[in-house]
Amino acid sequence: MPWVSYLPALAQGALVTAWITLAAIAIGAVLAFVAGIARVEGGRAVSTLALCYTELFRGTSLLVQLFWFYYALPLVGISFEPVATGILVLALHVGAYGSEIVRGALTSVSVQQLEAARALNFGRMHTLIHVTLPQAIIEMLPAFGNLAIETLKLSSLVSLISIADLTFRAQSIRNLTLDSAGVYSLTLVGYFAMSLVLMLVMRLIERWARRGAAFPRAAHS
Amino acid sequence: MMYGFTWDTATPLTYAWSILPIILIGLTVTLKAAAAGFAIALVLGLVFAMLRRSRWRSVSWTTACVVEFLRDTPLLVQLFFLYYVLPEYGLTLPAFLTGALALGLQYSAYTSEVYRGGIEAVPRGQWEAATALNMTRMQTYRDIVVPQIVPRILPAMGNYMVAMIKETPVLSVITVLDMMALANMIGERTFEYLVPLTMVGLIFLILTLICSAGLHRLQKVLPKAGIPLR
Repeated sequence: MPWVSYLPALAQGALVTAWITLAAIAIGAVLAFVAGIARVEGGRAVSTLALCYTELFRGTSLLVQLFWFYYALPLVGISFEPVATGILVLALHVGAYGSEIVRGALTSVSVQQLEAARALNFGRMHTLIHVTLPQAIIEMLPAFGNLAIETLKLSSLVSLISIADLTFRAQSIRNLTLDSAGVYSLTLVGYFAMSLVLMLVMRLIERWARRGAAFPRAAHS
Repeated sequence: MMYGFTWDTATPLTYAWSILPIILIGLTVTLKAAAAGFAIALVLGLVFAMLRRSRWRSVSWTTACVVEFLRDTPLLVQLFFLYYVLPEYGLTLPAFLTGALALGLQYSAYTSEVYRGGIEAVPRGQWEAATALNMTRMQTYRDIVVPQIVPRILPAMGNYMVAMIKETPVLSVITVLDMMALANMIGERTFEYLVPLTMVGLIFLILTLICSAGLHRLQKVLPKAGIPLR
């Protein structure tokens, strides 16, 4: 059973992958909310800025962004640790996609709700926090779940900027043992298992949010 | 393949101008890979969607598992798998085809869901009406289902095509000489990565902006009710 001997190294790589993915999801979520809310609520300048960020990071490929931050930025004197670069770029990338989800959910809250809020003399901030966001977040969750899995998958690209994640470990083991089928099958299964866990967690969060423990049931349902 | 090209690193602008021809050669490879990959994804996705609707539980369940697996594992690892494992079983493909196959496999999982959603959106009554009119399954698909789902699925398919174009740089890791690979080669020789990588990013940005504008127009032009095939 040669493949059993790969497991410790692959598990170490999987930990790095998990850490990078979770960090990128956390930072990306913050970026998504900031950019998404800026698109909807911001003034002209702010929303244009947010639009530029979104289009820039959605429109260029993640690998290009990674290499740009890793190889090109140091030439003008800005450089980070590889892991920090990986997390930052991944977060910026998925944050741009997430901001579209946030924007879509915010604009899909019914107009009557906003009118009611205005009739009750709620301020803009008050309306956003107590009326729009609680309803919008529930709508966002399924899309965010998909994006979380997308983040996990995309995190494999950080192996190309010399971060020892699961894919990187798989490459090194393959170069050592030449057992491609065994190593890559294990790696694929590893990623699949991590996706399933991520999916399960997102389901639980969704169920918890919909149950109404955190938010009152959406008024239009 | 870089022989015969000279570059002028005097200023960023002249540098960009002198390497533009090389990058544009890479662009054709990128577009070809995306086109080949998308063709595979369209066909394979349809096959998966059909198998998923199979009458036999075992077939539909196995297909569901395969699709889920393809969708939840990274393209990069699938790419390495195909690139290194296929030759062990005697199937040695050129890197370009391996790359297109990997793109196609990953995206077939997405397109199969689009097909499935499109087919399921056709009301049950229409299937029953087709049965009542004694139409064969083939006729039902050709005359009833496909004309209605084409306008419904085209926008989603278009989005996936744009997404696929943006994922083609990954193919550079298995020695496909696309834009990304060429930009890296130029960077390695001149020790100046900023300009080539920025150019590649800009070209991708322009490409996706054009594609999204085109998709937006397409969505407006498409007839909502369906496209008659005859």
